[in-house]
Amino acid sequence: MSTATTAFLESLLAGHSAVPAGPLGWVSALRAVALERGNALTLPTTRDEDWRFTDLSALYKLAFKPAAAAAPPAAALDLFAAPEVAARLVFVDGRYAPTLSSVLVAAGISVRDLRAALAADGDFIRARLAALADFRDDAFRAINTACLSGGAFVHARRNAVADGPIQLLFLSTQPEVATHPRVLIVAEEGSDLTVLEEYAGLADGAYLVNGVTEIAVGPAARVRHVRVQREAAGAFHIATGAVRLERDATYASVSVALGARLSRHTLNVVQAGEGVTVNLDGLALIHERQLADTHSFIDHARPHGTSRQLHKCVVGDQAHAVFNGRILVREGAQLTNSAQSSRNLLLSRRAHVDTKPQLEIFADDVKCAHGAAIGQIEADELFYLRSRGLSETAARNLLTYGFAAEIVGRIPIASVAASLRRAVLEQTQSKETA
Amino acid sequence: MINANARTLLEVCDLTTKVAGVEILKGMNLTVRAGEVHAIMGPNGSGKSTFAKALAGHPAYEVTGGTALFEGRNLFEMPAEERARAGLFLGFQYPVEVPGVANSQFLRLAYNTVQGARGKDELDPLEFDDFVREKMKLLEMDPAFLDRSVNEGFSGGEKKRNEILQMALLQPKLAFLDETDSGLDIDALRIVAHGVNKLLTPDNAVVLVTHYQRLLNYTVPDYVHVMDGGRIIKTGDRTLALALEERGYDWLVEAQAA
Repeated sequence: MSTATTAFLESLLAGHSAVPAGPLGWVSALRAVALERGNALTLPTTRDEDWRFTDLSALYKLAFKPAAAAAPPAAALDLFAAPEVAARLVFVDGRYAPTLSSVLVAAGISVRDLRAALAADGDFIRARLAALADFRDDAFRAINTACLSGGAFVHARRNAVADGPIQLLFLSTQPEVATHPRVLIVAEEGSDLTVLEEYAGLADGAYLVNGVTEIAVGPAARVRHVRVQREAAGAFHIATGAVRLERDATYASVSVALGARLSRHTLNVVQAGEGVTVNLDGLALIHERQLADTHSFIDHARPHGTSRQLHKCVVGDQAHAVFNGRILVREGAQLTNSAQSSRNLLLSRRAHVDTKPQLEIFADDVKCAHGAAIGQIEADELFYLRSRGLSETAARNLLTYGFAAEIVGRIPIASVAASLRRAVLEQTQSKETA
Repeated sequence: MINANARTLLEVCDLTTKVAGVEILKGMNLTVRAGEVHAIMGPNGSGKSTFAKALAGHPAYEVTGGTALFEGRNLFEMPAEERARAGLFLGFQYPVEVPGVANSQFLRLAYNTVQGARGKDELDPLEFDDFVREKMKLLEMDPAFLDRSVNEGFSGGEKKRNEILQMALLQPKLAFLDETDSGLDIDALRIVAHGVNKLLTPDNAVVLVTHYQRLLNYTVPDYVHVMDGGRIIKTGDRTLALALEERGYDWLVEAQAA
């Protein structure tokens, strides 16, 4: 490992000692194990198959520091706060901001700061924290876990139904800072939750967000998960989502990546029980020199599972999108029904997409379909709109908007869908040339 | 309605076109005056749809010869959107689905673009909503279709109604309806034909491109043209369509060859 890389890693792990370990000994022990792994693991490079197209060398040249305590940007909150939520937790530069948050502990639903939850509910969390997101094989997850001191905790007890969406908002306001957001969502049997996990940046300059989100979906529970990444232009955003579903559970997620100089979202979903339903929708809408990488893995470990995935990339200028969608149907996962589609729209000649649907089937009675398409706007679509009087530019803009808006339209929270439609509109409209 | 003194809307002379290097239209002639209803019939591959698409400006159809004047303007010097703004409309055989774009959004954009080009007032979303709902009644369309993505998941009949709705909004002078009747059950056919009839005035005209005579029971043509091999081989009145229904195309094609 080069000195530069070592300095990067040391700067991150220095954060470990700067944040308090929390009230419980087992958390300290967990952090210590993760720290050891963080030190032992090599940081990924393009020589690693999983990082082939995503070059982190620019990140490794930087050094980050833990965030200073910052005044909560109450005004900025207006930009990102979804009005229809039942509860909201806000984190500013990695620190829980109680004055901006509205916790909820009622009717079987608990939404609160992980630190507070640890004090009240330590044993319950101990059995679940770091149980799904494996840090033994991934340096970034190890660093996140080593620096674990707080985060968001969402818990739905048996058959509890949340009144409205739950928003977890992670705001970055300081440059040169690394934060390690941590989310634990536990939906017990028969419960029903909609969670909005949102990352937004107000800082100029480079900063790093290194997040881990774990979601345990109990038998017949339903979790809808909206993930919005709109970091500032200089940001590096690296995050893992780890989801495990028990029998007859449903997990439906919509992930939208708009921001960051470089973003990587790893999403691992395990169908651990029979009859599980998983719907993954993804959109990367990037331009200039942005890179957005999505690596998803759906593990059909049990029979009668269903998964459907649609991932779209709209890539302008010299931006670069990466999609790797692995689907594994294990031996014995009979009667699996899986459909995956990767669709990509390149808006400029120098825009670039690497897409790789990856289907591995070890069961013999399954229905699986997957496909990938990279293209430009189709001539027939353009002609249809032009035959209705739209100029070629207007037609192209509308089709590009629609391509991206199809994913946004699947977001079950109206204000978020509306806000993202505006963002899509802004980024897909080129000017009339004539 | 035939009126020899009516304004000529479209005059096509000796039109030839190629698609992917293959000549499809081989000397097409047609004159349409205001107030008229024309039907173009003919076997598969005779060039009916090609004719409609070439006039509307589909980029895949290369005009290799002949002329087409629309109200005296050379159509082939106008991009597709100009033709639409000037009042030429094509009802698609296979309307294109546009996921992610609400039908209302698309319809209003098209309406306002065409209104603007014609120097008329545009409508804001609320005004447009009232206006389009009124037009939808004509086609017995559920207003729920406004909120859905353009044509996405619409049945064949719903797509065709949406085409006629666009015709109602854009108020063309000349509408080509390309197999608007295909794939419709009899109730949907009646509704669509009724909608077309309501839109007919002495100042506009419609050309029905169809395989089947049954549409012509509801929207009665003044002229029936039969195409074969890229040109019109016979023109008659509506009784020609009835004869075709009974006897097929072969006798005409053979008579032409003889």
